[in-house]
Amino acid sequence: MELNSKSPSGPIETRWERHRFNLKLVNPSNKRKYTIIVVGSGLAGGSAAASLAELGYNVHCFCFQDSPRRAHSIAAQGGINAAKNYHNDGDSIYRLFYDTVKGGDFRARESNVYRLAGISLNIIDQCVAQGVPFAREYSGYLDNRSFGGAQVSRTFYARGQTGQQLLLGAYQALERQIGLGAVKMFPRTEMLDLIVVDGRARGIVTRDLITGKIESHFADAVVLGTGGYGNAYYLSTNAKGCNATAIWRAHKRGALFANPCFTQIHPTCIPVSGEYQSKLTLMSESLRNDGRVWVPAKKGDKRAPSQIPEGERDYFLERKYPSFGNLVPRDVASRNAKAACDEGRGVGETGLAVYLDFRDAIQRLGASVIKERYGNLFDMYNRITGEDPYSQPMRIYPAMHYTMGGLWVDYNLMSNVPGLYVIGEANFTDHGANRLGASALMQGLADGYFVLPNTIGDYLASNKFEKVDASHAAAREAEANVNQITQRLLGAKGKRSVDSYHRELGKIMWEHCGMARNAEGLKQALALIPPLREQYWSDVRVLGTGEDLNQSLEKAGRVADFFELAELICRDALDRNESCGGHFREEYQTPEGEAARDDEHYAYAAAWEFQGVGQPPLLHKEPLTFEYVHPSQRSYK
Amino acid sequence: MRITLHIWRQRNANDAGKMVRYELPNVNHEMSFLEMLDVLNEDLIAKNEEPVAFDHDCREGICGMCGCMVNGMAHGPLPGTTLCQLHMRHFKDGDELYLEPWRAKAFPVVKDLVVDRTAFDRIIAAGGYISVATGSAPDGNAVMVPKEDAERSMDAAACIGCGACVAMCPNAAAALFTGAKIAHLGLLPQGQPERQQRAIAMVAQAKQELFGSCTNMGLCEAVCPKEIKLEVIARMNGDFIRASLSGR
Repeated sequence: MELNSKSPSGPIETRWERHRFNLKLVNPSNKRKYTIIVVGSGLAGGSAAASLAELGYNVHCFCFQDSPRRAHSIAAQGGINAAKNYHNDGDSIYRLFYDTVKGGDFRARESNVYRLAGISLNIIDQCVAQGVPFAREYSGYLDNRSFGGAQVSRTFYARGQTGQQLLLGAYQALERQIGLGAVKMFPRTEMLDLIVVDGRARGIVTRDLITGKIESHFADAVVLGTGGYGNAYYLSTNAKGCNATAIWRAHKRGALFANPCFTQIHPTCIPVSGEYQSKLTLMSESLRNDGRVWVPAKKGDKRAPSQIPEGERDYFLERKYPSFGNLVPRDVASRNAKAACDEGRGVGETGLAVYLDFRDAIQRLGASVIKERYGNLFDMYNRITGEDPYSQPMRIYPAMHYTMGGLWVDYNLMSNVPGLYVIGEANFTDHGANRLGASALMQGLADGYFVLPNTIGDYLASNKFEKVDASHAAAREAEANVNQITQRLLGAKGKRSVDSYHRELGKIMWEHCGMARNAEGLKQALALIPPLREQYWSDVRVLGTGEDLNQSLEKAGRVADFFELAELICRDALDRNESCGGHFREEYQTPEGEAARDDEHYAYAAAWEFQGVGQPPLLHKEPLTFEYVHPSQRSYK
Repeated sequence: MRITLHIWRQRNANDAGKMVRYELPNVNHEMSFLEMLDVLNEDLIAKNEEPVAFDHDCREGICGMCGCMVNGMAHGPLPGTTLCQLHMRHFKDGDELYLEPWRAKAFPVVKDLVVDRTAFDRIIAAGGYISVATGSAPDGNAVMVPKEDAERSMDAAACIGCGACVAMCPNAAAALFTGAKIAHLGLLPQGQPERQQRAIAMVAQAKQELFGSCTNMGLCEAVCPKEIKLEVIARMNGDFIRASLSGR
């Protein structure tokens, strides 16, 4: 299969403009004749559904939650990047582009990233106009801060709730279109299959989560904005409902899955406290600006932190990375915390945590300054752990957070299945092997507000769409497939709950395909997952019926997909014999222990084609070329 | 520690429903409230009994999906805290807890502790937005917003739409929810052109959804996990009255 990225050539500054000009337009009076399905209502899906409806398309939007406002974009704390250069500190579209390509460890498409950096300006304007209450300076102008080690102040924020406010902006725009009748909203409705007719995406099969009704919906194009797949690891910072079912079932219908092994671990999360742990809570990495990370120098030192004298503490990040210290990038901070715990120097009851200590900062600046800076985070930590971070160090540990991989898309955000578009975290393009802080919100909104509404018309205007309805063989087959999965899960009547299997899968993934990976561990995971998957299908216990609200059944279908996806993640990780960004292979590191990329052999996006459950997938490569930002080795010493 | 739960079990909207008693002999005080329910559900599944349905998603106190009445208090006894952020260390050995869904005509029970809150979405759809089509916005700094206004707007915008205010209100009023959106947008210069129309439309929609009227009891403010202040209701009433007088 030839992967055509449709990436424009010529000067990068004008690629998007020239590309847009070359796209066909749909006559305004014809737009209402086209129906577009949007699955997911987060920053990407919500903004896309609203914007497409504003253009005049007939939009059907689906989400599994009870309201589009619940999508997990809502939990993003830190902020959103935009190259406004309001601070006159040397920022520019080019610099944001450069930082993103470099931060992604040279595994992203340059054309896409440049477009994203350019659109970042429009996003802020749009959100301000919608009434997003961004932080302001006393003058009334927008405030910015620097975030995640960036050397310029380009992050816009609304307290620690930026994701919430941006999502509510998109949600309100969407509700306005719902009120106008331009969008038909289907809450508590989950996509369970993609309907492909004559090679083109023409609809989806859904389950009404309240009545259990399985139904086909048809359209001229289908857009997936269903987020990432971090929950394959069971414990993650994702919401409990986050799942990969929509993208995975589209993958099984032919859409290529790109770079699944590019997953991001966030270093500052509240550690696991017991077997009942259901999710992990992230705390903004801004904490590392003033907190010092340490563990006891001696193994198995069980003394309270206040009893450990200065000389017996190991501030390992400051020791190993004197110039960046506690502010090294996410992946470096995470790996070093894991290494300290693996050596038996972890703290807390489980030994799977390191200290993040504010004692020195409080002495230097006073508790009131620390409270002003991090008060809400300290409160959150206190609420969850019952410990007071003003008087004793926080315990933190890394957790699965974001997935850079996703369905392969071209420059128009269309997958290799014509008519199937994928936006936001669900696709793979813009972050390469590692995402920078405050860039996820930017990408979701760029795709939904500004890219997709411009590109989708070209496909609609260039194709003829014959009418399809539920009597079509493809729809009947897809519905039968969904019914069969439901019946199999309900019919297994086994011994163990869905969660117990999910937890077991998560442990395999975290152990062998987490922060650091090696060939041996990955092979072990690939030996463990298939038999567990088989066992799952015959031994899972899902009580109740398919005819009403059945949360176990919902989970069961999602976990079935995580099993298959987990295998692909491990295969991809095993296949990529290099370290880059979030993918750290222990065999491939520099003498200093840093990630060693192999640009000669791995400067490509790995796009996998499904060949059947348990069958090795087929690898297609999209070569990546770097005309503007030249690959270099990262160093934080 | 040992906890006794009495949980509202209701198969679907048509079922009468009843309280059912469950014993949890080994609750870890580090657990969150919802993790305790997870443990109960695992136990129930092991005994071939259908697990308790409850809404939840982010478990970080921001999505607004979770919530039920715990001994008559929406989201339980801890102020400023969603149910998912409530931990068992705030309870003691031997406690008996009564868990019920939000009770309001506008929030019909779907199953067990799950209710239908789409009425809130329809209130927003009636006018809880600023009408700006994608692409037509001026530069972000073209509109200046005094810092104090931005902060007060953000205070109101922090609403997570969980419905605790409605559940706690003896009138099942949606005034805190509706007022929060009206205050959020009405405090910003961008929200001025539609301010009066917004108040009329949203208040009318809330009435149509069968939410009750506000009689200034203040229970909504007391249980709001985001500590939205009653003053947003005063702003709503002010906007509504001004709009009514000006004949819009």
